[in-house]
Order: sequence, then structure tokens, then C-alpha cells
Amino acid sequence: MLITGLDTFWGGRTAQALEAEPSVDMVLGLGITEPKVPLERTEFVRADQAYSILSRIVRATQVDTIVHTFLETNSTRVSARTLHEINVIGTMNLLAAAGAVGTSVRQVVVKSSTHVYGSSAEDPSWFSEGTPRPSAPTTRVERSLVEVESLVSDFAEENPDLTVSLLRFANVLGTDIVTPISQNLRKRVLPSVFGYDPLVQFVEEDDVVRSLEYVTHHRQGGVYNVAGSGKLPWSEVAGIAGALLVPLPPVNTRIAASLLGNLRFLQFPPELERLARYGRGVDTRRILETGFTFRYTSAGAVTSFARANNLRRSVGRSDDRYRYEQDVEQFFRHSPAVVRTTDE
Amino acid sequence: MTGNLEDGQQPVHPGDPAAPAAPAAASRRDGNDLDDHPARTPSTVLSPSAARRRRVVTDVVQSPPDGPDRLTLTPIHPEGTFRSEEDQEPPASRPRSDVDGWGRSERVRTVVRRLYDPIYRHWFRVEWEGIEHVPMRGGALLVANHSGAIPPDAPAVMHGIEEELGRPIYGMADFFFRTVPVVGTVWSRAGGVPAHPDNAYRLLHDEHQLALVFPEGSKGPSKTYADRYRLRRFGRGGFVEIAMRAGVPVVPLAIVGAEEAMPILFRIPVLSRALRVPYFPVTANVLLLGPLLGAVTYFPAKIRIRVLEPTVFDVDPGLEHYSKSRVMDEAERIRGRIQDALHDMLRDRRSVWFG
Repeated sequence: MLITGLDTFWGGRTAQALEAEPSVDMVLGLGITEPKVPLERTEFVRADQAYSILSRIVRATQVDTIVHTFLETNSTRVSARTLHEINVIGTMNLLAAAGAVGTSVRQVVVKSSTHVYGSSAEDPSWFSEGTPRPSAPTTRVERSLVEVESLVSDFAEENPDLTVSLLRFANVLGTDIVTPISQNLRKRVLPSVFGYDPLVQFVEEDDVVRSLEYVTHHRQGGVYNVAGSGKLPWSEVAGIAGALLVPLPPVNTRIAASLLGNLRFLQFPPELERLARYGRGVDTRRILETGFTFRYTSAGAVTSFARANNLRRSVGRSDDRYRYEQDVEQFFRHSPAVVRTTDE
Repeated sequence: MTGNLEDGQQPVHPGDPAAPAAPAAASRRDGNDLDDHPARTPSTVLSPSAARRRRVVTDVVQSPPDGPDRLTLTPIHPEGTFRSEEDQEPPASRPRSDVDGWGRSERVRTVVRRLYDPIYRHWFRVEWEGIEHVPMRGGALLVANHSGAIPPDAPAVMHGIEEELGRPIYGMADFFFRTVPVVGTVWSRAGGVPAHPDNAYRLLHDEHQLALVFPEGSKGPSKTYADRYRLRRFGRGGFVEIAMRAGVPVVPLAIVGAEEAMPILFRIPVLSRALRVPYFPVTANVLLLGPLLGAVTYFPAKIRIRVLEPTVFDVDPGLEHYSKSRVMDEAERIRGRIQDALHDMLRDRRSVWFG
């Protein structure tokens, strides 16, 4: 089993979940930097962001499952070129490796985002997986994700004997994840557009990891929306998190947003601005019918974040963070001195 | 200005493998939901706010997953979300708002009803005829003619249905409303829903609600006074197709009086293009009362609403496509019935102001 983006939040968390499963023989993680979470038996391989090394790894290790979590959806963190490089070129290399002649790969799981539906006035109140988006993608993140998804669907069509799962996640909140929304809420502010109070959905980070693990474990192919049940108004997100709603003018919003962004006062990337105007809802009935259950509702995800944030404010940032030490990890995994209890 | 259900080409649940299972779950939910309301009659109605307050999503933590191998179909919640029996109340730190999945808030709706009631009763003196044709339960698509520069017919119908029948109704209108700051938010909280075919299907089929559409779209209210009570084209019949797919009746309404409440003398297309609004009307109200007062004041025309016999289509619900000719014929037939009813009502009308 191979996981991409081991050094990102999702890759690390998913690797932790998968290596805990005894049915998984081997977990291999690719990352640009060292993993940021403690891992028991996952093997870490350093790669560049476009994954040019991937086909060699796949051939050498004969993995049967690839979980692709390394898709960047935060445009405030990376430049336009890096975003394209990571999302589109990275996915292209990954799918090329997975679809090579005589491949060992049987399943590909891709973590996408409900950003692919966009957010516009012409939207239905709920998108189901087959609903075409009514407006053309306008932001960089949306464009690159739409491109990624078309690559994935082409790949699924060309390789009908492979299980291809595509999960579209709503905005994520939780105890640890850092997104533009959580960065704002940590500063106790939430930008909004004056006069708009749309409905939004959230999914809790635990549910994200659980759903990735679920489709991997059950070999559920297909496209699935993943979002906590219920919707809540934008203003209520601020209310639950105890943040101050900062309304920006409905015209020239970009100018005001970039001004406040440059002052490091708040983060309001274009895709978030669209969301704060028109919101988005996705129909999650398809993944629920596979038997998956959510632990958190949309409002529950916000509450979960708010509680973690309260704790953080009281006790401060904990400094006993995990640091990856290659020698130590290598020792525990491969030294003959380590006594390994076999399951049999 | 307001909406139509045309553009029915957008497939609802296109090739969705989940679709066959969803109706089963939905109908099960329906059974439970309706049994909660024993024999509602107009006289002994649950107050609509009470009826809807019960459905507010208040859960934070859902039940833990019961093993990944168990395939369970949880009943669908009215909000269109799946909820399990063990839903828990959140730690009551702060009261949640009562905004449902469509953006409607029963609290806002109650305030709007209270403010609008004097206008409904004393300004327009709305009178209903045949309101018993509107079903007391289950989904139904109300289809009406649309008129007046800022159409007064939609709030009148919504107010009347909710007051008389005690069940909520969602008014489907053009996306344009969503793009206007403040107005769009208030419109949504007061029961407005963007007129997307998927939205109509979900309201009617999955949630068994009443939905009000104006198939003329903005062609209705934008027509000038000279064209009053001449129905425009009924979209592309998208509303018929949605009703067929959802398996619900279409209830036609004929509304008299809205035309004279805010008649359009002429339009200024240059301004509507510049302001990016569907049309820019110059109304008699503006000429008589000035640009500020005239823009928000209706003439006190008497509004009469006649509910016609509902149309039930004898086709199988849930199909992906319906015969386009059948759809267009039915749409045209409904349009004809409303037009005939309008003529009939106008024949009996002695005064625009007193009915």
C-alpha cells in the first residue's frame, strides 16, 4: 500500500490509520519532507513534488493500492505554479505509474474536494456526484482540481479492472487541520461578504481519515461526496467558534481581501470568498448507502474545532511535537536487535 | 423577475447508481413523518412554526459506526440528511439557529408573516377560491401566473397557504435573487429557493413539500400593462417533467390583481443591462408617487386567487426522460387552463380595487 503526501496532515493521519490494520502488509509513504506524525511501520520515501520517481517505486515494491492524499487545496500556502505542479503533474505521474503495463496496482484512492463543484448563484442547493457544475471554474484551486478529476475519470475509464475511488471532501475542520478557515477562526475572526449569509457544510478531520480508510478497506470504487450532515449559515460558524464576523464590501471584495490578507489580519482566498457568497451543499447519500457513517455533523465539526481551539488558548501550543529521526526509525524497522512479535 | 423551471435538460441524478435506493429510504421516512401529524385539517392545524421547529438539526455527535460490514440504510431526514436514532443534543453552549438545509428559518418566516399579514388582509384583501385543492400532505407543485413589476403574487400565495393550511411552502425563484446582498439572504430565510430542477425534485420527492413556481419566469412580471393577463410561454415545460419524475400533482393557480398592483408602463433595456438586472421597469407607481415611495408601494388592487383542479400525470415516476411532446402538451394544457380561469375571473370582476 502506497500513500502520497506522507508529510502532509492527511497522508500522515491516513498512514497511521492504515498501518494499524493487520490486513495491510506494508505501508509505504511518499513525501517531500519528513513525516510529521509518529508512524509505527510505514516506510518513508522522499520524493519531489511532481512524483517523477513514483513509477520506479511502484515497480520495485509491487504495491496493490495507492492512496493519493497529496492534493493542495489551500491557495494561500503555495504559488500558482507549485499548485499546478503538485495537483495536476503529480496526479498525472501517479496515474501513469499505476496504469503501466503489467502493473501490480489494483486500487487507486484519490482525495479531492467539493471545490470542484464551485460556488455560484446558479448552483442547486445540493450537488449530487453526477451534477455538472453550472459555472466555469474561476479560481486556481478549482481549475487544477477539475483537471485532476478529469485525469482520474479518464484513468478509470481506461482501466476498468482497477478500483478507482474519488472522494470529494467538504471544507474540513477539526482539532489539528490548518485551513484558511481555521487560520481565521484561530485569530477569532471570520471574513464574510456583507449581505450574504450562505449555507455551508463541514466534515471533521477524523471523518475524512475514516472515509479514506473505509473506501480503501472495502474497495469501494466510484465518486463520493463526503460532508457532515446538515448545513449551517456562515454567520453561525463564527458564532460557534466564538469568532468575530468581519464583513467585507460586496463590491471590490478582492481588493479589501488582499489588503487585509497582506496585513496578515485574515485569509480570504478567492475560493473562500465564493463560498462566503453562495455557499455549497453536497448530497452525501451515496457514501451513506455504502454503509459508511459519520461521527460528526457539519455543526459538530465546527464545535470540535472550537473546543480544540479553546484548549489551545488555555494551555498554549504544546512543544512535545514529533520529530522524525531517520536513524531511530530505521533502527526500529530493520535492526535485527529489535524483537518482533509475529502475529501467528 | 421571478423564477421558472425551464432548462430542464439538466439531468436530475443522471445515471446515479444511488438513485434507486434513495426513493426507498425517502418513502420510509415519509411514512414516519406524516404519521406524526394526525389528521391535520385547516381548523386544527399545528402552527407551522411548531411543526417545523421539530425538525431543526440540533445534533452534534452522531452515533458511532456499527462496524463497517453492516450495510444499513438510515431513514432520510426532512432536511435531506441522514440521521440515526441516537442523535444527541449538542452541549448547549449557545442556541443553534433554526435555518434548514434550504436556508429557510421558521423564526424569520414568522416575523415576515406577522409583518406581511396586515398587507395581505387590508391592502390586497386576498381572497382564495378552491384552496381545498391544495393537498394537506405530500409533495405538490403549485404553478401560477406571474405579474407586477415587483411581483406581489409570490408572497401572497406563500402567506395564504401557510396561514390557511398550516404547512410550509417554498417559493422557487430566479437565481438573480441570490446575487443581491441582504435581499438574497432575507429571501432565502423567508422560504425562497433557487429554481434549479434538482432543488424542485428534492423538495417535492424527497421532502414531500409544497413548492411554488412561476413557469413564465421573468417574462411574466416584465410584461407591460398593455399585455396584462396574457400568459407568456411556460418555459420549456421543465416544471411538468419535474412533477412527473417526482410523482406529485401540479396544482394550477390563477391570480388576478397583481397586474394592477404595480403595472409597468415601459422598460429601459439600457439600464437593465447596465445594472445587470433581468429588466428595468418604469411603473405607474413610480410616476405617481415618486422614485422612492413608488418603488416600494403597491396600488391596493384586490387580489383573488383561484386554485384549479390538480393535474395528476399517469406516468411512472422516477424515469430519467419523459416524452418531450407529452411534457410540452401538458405544460400547454396547464397554461391554457390558467388562461381560461383568468378570463373567467376577469369577466366577473367589476372593479380592480374592490373585486
